[in-house]
Amino acid sequence: MTEITDLGVAAIRDGVAAGQFSAAEVAEAFNANVAAAQGALNAFIVATPQKALEAAKTVDDARAKGEALGPMAGVPIGMKDLFATDGVQTSAASHMLEGFVPRYESTVSRKLWEAGAGMLGKLNLDQFAMGSSNESSHFGAVVSPWRRPGSNAPLTAGGSSGGSSAAIAARLAPAATGTDTGGSIRQPAAYTGTTGIKPTYGRCSRWGVVAYASSLDQAGAMARDVTDCAIMLESMAGFDPKDATSLDMPVPNWTASLSGDLRGKKVGIPREYRVEGMAPEIEAMWEQGIAWARDAGAEVVEVSLPHTQYALAAYYIIAPAEASSNLARYDGVRYGLRDLPDGAGLQDMYAATRAAGFGAEVKRRILIGTYVLSAGFYDAYYTKAQKVRTLISQDFATAFEEVDVLLTPTAPTAAFALGENQDDPVAMYLNDVFTVPASLAGLPAMSVPAGLDAQGLPLGLQIIGRPLDEQGVLNAGLAIESQAQFGTRPERWW
Amino acid sequence: MTESTYRIQGATGDWEVVIGLEIHAQVTSNSKLFSSSATAFGAEPNTQVSLIDAAMPGMLPVPNGECIRQAVRTGMAIDAQINKWSRFDRKNYFYADLPQGYQISQLYHPLVGEGSLTIEADEKAGIPETKVIGIERIHVEQDAGKLMHDQHPTMSYVDLNRSGVALMEIVSRPDMRSPAEAGAYVSKLRTILRYVGSCDGNMDQGSMRCDVNVSVRKPGDEFGTRTETKNVNSVRFVMQTIEHEANRQVDVIEGGGKIVQETRLFDPNTGTTRSMRSKEDAHDYRYFPDPDLLPLELDDAFLEECRASLPELPDAKRARYEGELGLSTYNAAVLTADVDTFGWFEALLAETATAQGKAPAEVAKQAANWLISELFGALNKLGRSLAESPISPQQAAELLALVGKGTISGSIAKQVLEIMLETGDGAGVIVEREGLKQESDTGAIEAKVDEILAANGDKVEQYRGGKVALFGFFVGQTMKAMQGKANPQVVNEILKSRLG
Amino acid sequence: MSVDTATVAKIASLARIKVSEQELEAMVPELNGILAWVEQLGEVDVTGVEPMTAVIPNTLRLRDDVIDADALTGGNRREAVLANAPAAEHGFFGVPKVIE
Ligand SMILES: [Mg+2]
Ligand SMILES: [Zn+2]
Repeated sequence: MTEITDLGVAAIRDGVAAGQFSAAEVAEAFNANVAAAQGALNAFIVATPQKALEAAKTVDDARAKGEALGPMAGVPIGMKDLFATDGVQTSAASHMLEGFVPRYESTVSRKLWEAGAGMLGKLNLDQFAMGSSNESSHFGAVVSPWRRPGSNAPLTAGGSSGGSSAAIAARLAPAATGTDTGGSIRQPAAYTGTTGIKPTYGRCSRWGVVAYASSLDQAGAMARDVTDCAIMLESMAGFDPKDATSLDMPVPNWTASLSGDLRGKKVGIPREYRVEGMAPEIEAMWEQGIAWARDAGAEVVEVSLPHTQYALAAYYIIAPAEASSNLARYDGVRYGLRDLPDGAGLQDMYAATRAAGFGAEVKRRILIGTYVLSAGFYDAYYTKAQKVRTLISQDFATAFEEVDVLLTPTAPTAAFALGENQDDPVAMYLNDVFTVPASLAGLPAMSVPAGLDAQGLPLGLQIIGRPLDEQGVLNAGLAIESQAQFGTRPERWW
Repeated sequence: MTESTYRIQGATGDWEVVIGLEIHAQVTSNSKLFSSSATAFGAEPNTQVSLIDAAMPGMLPVPNGECIRQAVRTGMAIDAQINKWSRFDRKNYFYADLPQGYQISQLYHPLVGEGSLTIEADEKAGIPETKVIGIERIHVEQDAGKLMHDQHPTMSYVDLNRSGVALMEIVSRPDMRSPAEAGAYVSKLRTILRYVGSCDGNMDQGSMRCDVNVSVRKPGDEFGTRTETKNVNSVRFVMQTIEHEANRQVDVIEGGGKIVQETRLFDPNTGTTRSMRSKEDAHDYRYFPDPDLLPLELDDAFLEECRASLPELPDAKRARYEGELGLSTYNAAVLTADVDTFGWFEALLAETATAQGKAPAEVAKQAANWLISELFGALNKLGRSLAESPISPQQAAELLALVGKGTISGSIAKQVLEIMLETGDGAGVIVEREGLKQESDTGAIEAKVDEILAANGDKVEQYRGGKVALFGFFVGQTMKAMQGKANPQVVNEILKSRLG
Repeated sequence: MSVDTATVAKIASLARIKVSEQELEAMVPELNGILAWVEQLGEVDVTGVEPMTAVIPNTLRLRDDVIDADALTGGNRREAVLANAPAAEHGFFGVPKVIE
């Protein structure tokens, strides 16, 4: 039989429910994989094997008593270390919050535990979710389980949810939470041959999630396939009165309505995503995706999103602006790091604490954000960027009058080597060129693995849907998935 | 509109003072603006603090509907424009009493726009005419926490109980021209807030704090540079601040100096202001719309409820007391100055009308006069406020009914009130027990009158010779002989007929 | 627009991040690179365009005025609030003495 750790969310849940194996066995198997890979992949900041076992025991006991089991019952998952977990360090991969143990549970993680999931540990990420490669983590970069053939050069698992993508690809967890501000679920999924969905802004509560950029941050599900993402997202989403931006509407039963049949659907191909200098392999894979969409019965039409090229620049004004304010609370007074040099006054303590607690990329974004909001520049930068954001959102609305979903590559390249893009922040930011526009418009979007590049590294296709149409996104994702038949997995070297 | 004649006499001539006030009024609500922790005054440190108020990672604000409602009602009470679309902005700065590193406030789109308030003429106070003071805006924002500096040799302590409590910032136009006008504005605003119930107005507990903007100019000139004196917490201190600050500015300018736009602090011990240089370092608040909150959109039903729930406001009530109830301008002003006062008066009025079977307008003067001259005086002696009055409006109405029906005289009523305050007994019981009932038996009074006239033949002569002022003497003597219990009307009639 | 060393020093001070001279020198070209790149927004004609306020149409809900509605949004949990404080004393957060 296949190993338990090769199973996904649905298979584990159903196997536990059917008594094929116990939830405890599942937890133990994944706990073992987590422990074995930690030194090589650095996917977790903190492992919580005991938590996974406790949750499993609860499920096994409930099953023994014949009680109804939740939709994630017996499934151990990884929790991105941006979600506050009661009694377990929540660090946002920063020195600032190293040792911070919240006395509260984020809404999303609470809902997952209530659905029967268990926690394997807190997953590594880019510090405060700022980054596209995981290299900004205070706890060291995540190493992708993927390698170029004949090379030991460590590759990025993407970012910021790189711990999540690496853990799923390496079979350390069947699924994991992610958060996506400008592509932080989709890009790491694409880099690791895994699947990830960011729902419509407001579907998942932001309560208890360490904030990066409030108007963009959105939690989502990462797993091995589309069905597992649907199951997990259903458990995570839902109205939360504690989040003023939470959408007060029921969560549809996405899993039950999953269908890869795209007959009668129109798939849009945005012209402007054919950026100059796009790798031929990316282009070829995109063409392949278009063919699959047609094969699934969809009509494919070209659409225009004329302001696409400005999305990244608008994003790198809006996100840092919000971040500069959101991260002002890390001041060494109520929690987290305090650096109090001899004889320092209050304001000196702030400056020393924040200098010591934040990494280079976080500081860079705080400074950019502070600058664009400062007197005399606010309108030129922030207001202008929010206007461009309106135009980008209108572009999508216009396109969606004609088509049901959009199909694009997820990222302009396959995973790069750690250290490769370190010197030039702008070059690093360009990784998000295809994912950022949907984030700015708050749209549901996902990445599904579509194939390998010439070096044998995974490539992903992105599907973007109308507001609230996670179903359309998941269905198109399923259509691609069933035809791509992406069965490849990284060879175990760790 | 005649301008105030208040002037600072400088060496170079007269100076006019220009005053604008920003008042932070704590909104009356059970819970905070963006969290459900309590707002009550005086709790143990950091007990009324939620994870949200402490700005824990991942915490989010959700606005309290009651705070919005109270701010809207306040806006309506000053006839202001209510903005159905408003937004919360973040004001970013670092301070130990500000856990988020920003205050959620409203800069670009406040909840309440342009309104106004009228201060009454008060010749004695130096306000020659009734004057309308413009109010630019009211916005809703979070209060900060509290720092304590005297508990530890090297540390300050932070208490976040106040952190996140809802405030209304009420910003006036620079329309005031004297300390008296500013004092009247603060008092009137406090009265309105207490009528509306949107703020308890307890200035000593910090429920109302004034930022006082002062500048001086030669009459007719452009506005001068202003200073802002922060957190002045009484009407008297506001007036002292202006007085001191205006004189200081005149001295600086006439001494060849320049006024710098700065934040100052009032010292109640010396009655002076001083510069707060610590707060001056390059403020750049980087306001931007709070991305955790959506625009606040109010519907007509919400606004209608706010309007319908407004009470009769001070100006309208005063006019009604004068017009409908026939009270003097002075009495109407006194009785409408505060919610406690008019509340007591209206209860007394209703009870009195019932007790005497008359319309309220018929007994209003009696009730008003008695309340202002008798009860206020008695409470004053006891050092008590009206709210702490040992006798109820109902008990007072019983006393007034005894006077109204002629059972006792006004002077006996004073005695009865004293006994009521001492014993807590009812007026009727006291009158009965102490035998204070008024004598209306003509025979008994006639007998006493005759005795007195006989004993004072010389004065009778003088009276008849034209010294009519002596009439009062005979009344007094008769009342004294009757131990104050004679019906004064009967005494008057008998004396008149006897003296011819 | 571009920034010089003095401007970056001022921004860092506003953001309360202590930076050494050396860091400052390194930051100037980095920030200028980013600023030059976002400068492209200047090309976009935004005449008559409203800045985005809500990414997904949604209105602000108002909460009922209830004290301690739940443990996650209410008070009376000083121990939890102070649990992670670097210097908590006598129920307060301690900070270096502030002279006002
Ligand atoms: Mg002010
Ligand atoms: Zn204010």
